[in-house]
Amino acid sequence: MNKTTQSVSSLLLAAAILISFPSCTKKDGASNATSTGAATAADEIVIGEVGSLTGSEATFGTSTRDGIDLAIKQINAAGGIKGKKVRVLILDDQSKAEEAATAATKLITQDKVVALLGEVASTRSLAMAPIAQSHQVPMITPSSTNPEVTAKGNYVFRVCFIDPFQGMVMAKFAANTLHAKRAAILRDVKSDYSVGLSNFFTENFKKLGGEIVIDTSYSGGDADFKSQLTSIKTKNPDVIYVPGYYTEVGLIARQTKELGIKAPLLGGDGWDSEKLTEIGGQALDGSFFSNHYTPDDKSPVVQRFITEYKTQFNIVPDGLAAMGYDAMIVLADAMKRAKSFGGDDLRQAISETKDFQAVTGRITIDKNRDASKSAVVIEVKGGKFQYKETINPS
Amino acid sequence: MTEFIQHLINGLGQGSIYALIALGYTMVFGILQLINFAHSDVYMVGAFIGYYSGKYLGLSKSPGVLSLLAALTLSMAGCAALGFVIERGAYRPLRKSPRINCLITAIGVSLFLEFGGQLLFGADPKFFPTLYDAGEALIIGGVNINRLQLLVFFISVVLMLGLRYIIFRTKMGRAMRAVSFSHDNAALMGIPVDFTISFTFMLGSALAGAAGILVGLTYPKIEPLMGVMWGLKAFVAAVVGGIGNVMGAVIGALILGVAETMVVGYGASTYRDALAFAILILILLFRPSGLLGKARTEKV
Repeated sequence: MNKTTQSVSSLLLAAAILISFPSCTKKDGASNATSTGAATAADEIVIGEVGSLTGSEATFGTSTRDGIDLAIKQINAAGGIKGKKVRVLILDDQSKAEEAATAATKLITQDKVVALLGEVASTRSLAMAPIAQSHQVPMITPSSTNPEVTAKGNYVFRVCFIDPFQGMVMAKFAANTLHAKRAAILRDVKSDYSVGLSNFFTENFKKLGGEIVIDTSYSGGDADFKSQLTSIKTKNPDVIYVPGYYTEVGLIARQTKELGIKAPLLGGDGWDSEKLTEIGGQALDGSFFSNHYTPDDKSPVVQRFITEYKTQFNIVPDGLAAMGYDAMIVLADAMKRAKSFGGDDLRQAISETKDFQAVTGRITIDKNRDASKSAVVIEVKGGKFQYKETINPS
Repeated sequence: MTEFIQHLINGLGQGSIYALIALGYTMVFGILQLINFAHSDVYMVGAFIGYYSGKYLGLSKSPGVLSLLAALTLSMAGCAALGFVIERGAYRPLRKSPRINCLITAIGVSLFLEFGGQLLFGADPKFFPTLYDAGEALIIGGVNINRLQLLVFFISVVLMLGLRYIIFRTKMGRAMRAVSFSHDNAALMGIPVDFTISFTFMLGSALAGAAGILVGLTYPKIEPLMGVMWGLKAFVAAVVGGIGNVMGAVIGALILGVAETMVVGYGASTYRDALAFAILILILLFRPSGLLGKARTEKV
């Protein structure tokens, strides 16, 4: 990098920080919202959150934010952690990886947050993880399922299951419950998440005696999938695995029906948004996806979460909201146990989380800093998400 | 074979929408030698006019050809007005200044519309209302033809024929052709040059507005940055066909649409966007004036 490009890029960085600056004062819950960059009051703990509040995965970011908000409200109402109130600073990354990295750097270096929550999408968590690691600030991603994320270092954790498990869940479901023999794959080559899920689905589906008849791809942001679907149609598969994000999946579902394809679509937790059925409409009926939790779960923890979430936001929480909530309560639990809020003590405490009852199941952080827990399969029926079955880690 | 025909039909559908946008580029270039980069964002605004009229005028409650035509008219009128304002406010004051100034202004207007759109409409993708219920697809010899695809193709063809009529059969069209030869000579013949240029902008923008609606119908996900890729592709189509040439734009767009679906169908989807620019490079290398363009000798 020569001198001019360097100064240009640092200028751009400064501009990006300036632009993102106002958004952080907007959302913080507690009293002294005036000082964002400077010192924190002695009686509060500041946590940073990076989320996609706008852009193509906007509902992921906003749901997660609402889940975290609810958790913080409950924690503060119960007296905070070690007598201190918790406050969260949120930065929007516009669903872009480079923005996520900038936001993480700002939260750590300028706002001196003790821990980071985020991001939802694996691609963006992968951009944040090295930054958290090099500054020795613990980071918990609520719902990035790509295995690489926590491999970035011992300060990076997650409260969700990982892609190999999610891919296996859908492969098992396709082979055992739907009795599918021939599967087609349509993956988003631009997304680490989608590529990972597709690979693990392929591996497990073959192990269960199935055959992958065609493996095609698209690029996130595309609107036309007819060519890929036409090729898929000629292979006549029993199921089509589309582990993408909800905006594209909605369009894919429509075009699937337009081309007269009858095979059900299968997917992962990237489908979990009310926008999915808004875009896809009727075309999605009879499709299935793996997810972290279902509002149909009758256990008291889940029901309490749903009732309080409903009173605050007037909607039934989706999986992302539940994951955001869980990330925050796992962090709070670790903070209570930690010797201090310093990076190393906090990291140690998070890694010792065991059998912690959260909304999305009993969370144990394993040696890879991943959560091991069960997954549910959800069916889309008449525009609604319905619980189908639970698949446990084997 | 049915697979090939299916790809061909999908490609023609895609190409006919590219054509509607490409026509706007090519007409403005023909008259002003200006690449109007804001054109692709006018198309985006067209889609959003369709979105809001569908939402607030209740058009989506009674989907059908009438609702579609109503949204189409509104969007075309809105975009024509926007095209007029852009030409009047941004380009006309620069008519006498070097061409590079106009080009940079065009980029400025484009960015203004894109990010103004993000501010006004919100950055998250919106679901385009169902203005026309396509129902079951027609199946002819194993090939699936969506009624919507047919309708989109039909509307594009009608609009393009209408444009052809205006350019070659009306007084206004003759004035446009005269202005594209030479502003000064046209003015000497008593042609109102400024008005003719405004009219050209409005005509091109109206077509972009129509394209916005048709894209919204086919791929019901719209967002403020949707114009960027579509605009670039349509621009490539215009250059491939020979920029400034109306028939060339249509042919270039159809070639591009079909080539893209074929490369995705038989190759890899990742090459879809690369292909458009590969074609552009080849054309510029071997036939710089485009397929139907006339080579001009520039006097220096």
